[in-house]
Amino acid sequence: MQNELHLIKRILLLIIMLAVSNDAFAGPIGKRIVLDNGMVLLLSERHELPVVTVNMAIRAGSIVEPADKPGLASITASLLTQGTATRTANQISREIDFVGGALSTGGGDDFASANLKVLKKDLRTGLDLLADVLRYPVFDQKEIDRKVKATLASIQRQKEEPEVIAGEAFTKAVFGAHPYGRVNDDVAAFLPKITRQDIVEFHARHYGPNTCILAVVGDITETEAVSLLTEYFRGWKPAEKIDPRHPAPPPIKKMTVRKMDKNITQANIAIGHVGISRENPDYYAVSVMNYILGGGGFSSRLMDNIRDNRGLAYDVHSSFAPQKEPGPFQVWTQTKSESANEAITEIFKELERIRTVPVTDSELADAKAYLTGSFPLRMDTSAKIAGILTSIEIFNLGLDYPQRYPGLINAVTKEDILRVARKYIAPDRTVVVVLGNQEKIKLKY
Amino acid sequence: MKKALRSVLVLLSIIIIALPAAGQDLKVTEKVLPNGLKVLLKEEHKAPVVTFQVWYRVGSRNERLGKTGVSHVLEHMMFKGTKKYGPKQFSQTVQRNGGNDNAFTSKDYTAYFENFAADRLEIAMDLEADRMQGLLLDPKDFLSERDVVMEERRMRTEDDPTAVMGEQMMAAAFSAHPYQWPVIGWMADLKNLTRDDLEKQYRTYYAPNNATIVVVGDFESAKVLALVERFFAGIPRGPEVPKVGAVEPKQLGEKRVMVKREAELPAVYAGYKAPTLRSADSFALNVLQGILSSGKSSRLYRSLVYEKQIALSAGGDYDDVSTDPNLFTLYAGVMPGKTAGEVEAALYAEVEKFKNEPVSDEELQKAKNQAEAQFIMSQDSNFYQAMLLGQFETVAEWRLLERYLDGIRAVTKDDIQRVAKQYLTDDDRTVGVLVPVKKP
Repeated sequence: MQNELHLIKRILLLIIMLAVSNDAFAGPIGKRIVLDNGMVLLLSERHELPVVTVNMAIRAGSIVEPADKPGLASITASLLTQGTATRTANQISREIDFVGGALSTGGGDDFASANLKVLKKDLRTGLDLLADVLRYPVFDQKEIDRKVKATLASIQRQKEEPEVIAGEAFTKAVFGAHPYGRVNDDVAAFLPKITRQDIVEFHARHYGPNTCILAVVGDITETEAVSLLTEYFRGWKPAEKIDPRHPAPPPIKKMTVRKMDKNITQANIAIGHVGISRENPDYYAVSVMNYILGGGGFSSRLMDNIRDNRGLAYDVHSSFAPQKEPGPFQVWTQTKSESANEAITEIFKELERIRTVPVTDSELADAKAYLTGSFPLRMDTSAKIAGILTSIEIFNLGLDYPQRYPGLINAVTKEDILRVARKYIAPDRTVVVVLGNQEKIKLKY
Repeated sequence: MKKALRSVLVLLSIIIIALPAAGQDLKVTEKVLPNGLKVLLKEEHKAPVVTFQVWYRVGSRNERLGKTGVSHVLEHMMFKGTKKYGPKQFSQTVQRNGGNDNAFTSKDYTAYFENFAADRLEIAMDLEADRMQGLLLDPKDFLSERDVVMEERRMRTEDDPTAVMGEQMMAAAFSAHPYQWPVIGWMADLKNLTRDDLEKQYRTYYAPNNATIVVVGDFESAKVLALVERFFAGIPRGPEVPKVGAVEPKQLGEKRVMVKREAELPAVYAGYKAPTLRSADSFALNVLQGILSSGKSSRLYRSLVYEKQIALSAGGDYDDVSTDPNLFTLYAGVMPGKTAGEVEAALYAEVEKFKNEPVSDEELQKAKNQAEAQFIMSQDSNFYQAMLLGQFETVAEWRLLERYLDGIRAVTKDDIQRVAKQYLTDDDRTVGVLVPVKKP
């Protein structure tokens, strides 16, 4: 009897512990710490696996590169791992590969990124490499030549990919001279002229503790994280912190059709215009609206109409890109040449419908149920948590964002949806890119 | 109170079953229901989420020429409704509950999954149990979905010159085995598929005795096992599944395919016949693959991409998670101004090195460290863990996963040299080359 009670008590305790772990979202997703050197650290401790993930966002994306040097931000980021004052490119890759870790750097529109993933026991090796490549890259001329050559070849290879060609044409037509409008062709024209000096200066100007956001997730305590990061990034010279604002891309006054000929079986179709920035207060209403329109997979109207009912396409979706400045709103699909006109007609019908007819109660309820109910799935791995932490810092969402999110979504009304659809979707001012066999497509637009 | 105690007893018995065996103990609870359905459960309490997966032992391997692609089209139709859940209701029900669902078809398997917050697990079971037997296969929906799959094929293959070349290489590599045709099927076969073809495939292969359920996430195994029994135990065992039986004969010399397409740059894709994960040699081939192409310090990247700068990309892949023997492949995209011939020769030079010289201590240790780290890191994702269990169980047995690291750790330099000589031979090789042609 005594034993049995004891057992029951222990089980109750176990159940309570499980309940606690189930309620992991009750507390903040992580902690925000500003290190002595000004670096912002977002930390989420997860001790179940002996692994540490570090994602770094650096205010050194193409948005801060000079307009006449397209691609400079990106090539600078990708050259970081190609040699430092104390290590050659080969030494860097050998060291990280030897411990089974991953270290990568790359460019982006708003931010450059540096990502590290290592076993806990190799954390020092990983952080030593990460700090080294960020702080002391040498940008050896031979490495620059190599990277320029490889980038040009990769741009050429991408001309085989219809989605890339259509996407680039869309981006250029929508964003023009805005940094978000820089495309492969711009980069390919500039890269042969790039100098080592361009890269060294860009790095010196934009890489520093005050332009970095570091998300650290995994088997590490706050004390460890702070002391290790302080050790490896001590004395790093601050960068020039600039918050560039670019003039908005020139408005498109009427529907602009861009026909591009390529001998392929499908028409690749992109339709859209400038959307909203992540910081726009209408972001949540737009999220719900776009879920219903074309963001919600098989629950979306575009998918239902164009794929499910008409069998016209494997993929059709719409998206608003969450960026610092208004990113693109676009609808994408690929369909056999002969059905291109039908698909485009249906896309425009759906754009018109979401702007003119209120969504139904069940559409609204389903969208909210998905967006709020699926949030736990958006933070079920270390990499996803690191991504959310970074967004929280970049867009000032607050560490209680996961708790606030359901409220933000649930507050959206049918009227809000109609209002934001009218405000942010303008079918008569879209860019329409159609890439494919124009002889068979016989475009009516 | 009594109920509570009973679940305690079940819990204890599970703990006993899960005592460490040889190798890595993955702490998987295994049970086979009387109708033949195998259930694999793994608790992961890191996050309040769960993945539910149903793996059927059917893929393009279980097809024939003239009807290729039928397994994959059937996968599409599995979302088109049953008597209980009509058309369009499947994914909508999942999404309304905050879940994501999808499916994938390979040569050896077709798998369906739902990812949910942990408290929604029953919904996944209800839906999956329902479509294991009651699929509608509406004739009109079938025609429309067949069109969708043809669009998928155009998008993934027809309009991608490298994908076309890859498909042709596989078709040349296998002469007597179904691995020769693509999972998505040949276009002409897709056009000729009928609703009855799908019905036949469904009745033959969709049954509890040809399926494995894998659940990974935040749950108690005893409770979930009881739920699985509640939803699936009543589904009758299906007829014995027909054996495939096809055996690819020994290759008698190199085969080559030149694919001429409008393209920017050439590409090379070479495959050697290689054993499956059931073979003890698979460990050495995996380590060899790691040394050859894992990371920027790997031999192919370093030599072809970095030093010689003749390739835009280069890598190798060993498809050992396969029911029947498949390929060990090498691939490279050719840099402008270089030729496919140069790149091909450089790929083979790297293969020859494995035969002629032992690998270095550092490389051997590195490949083992990488395998070990990947094994640990892969446990961060419920979905990926479930996927590995489902794959291993479907093509062989999941317990091989527990012995994987021990096998890797035991690999010696001699083993690597031996398997290189045994399997990576010129006569066992099939080569595909993408030859760009100019626009007419």
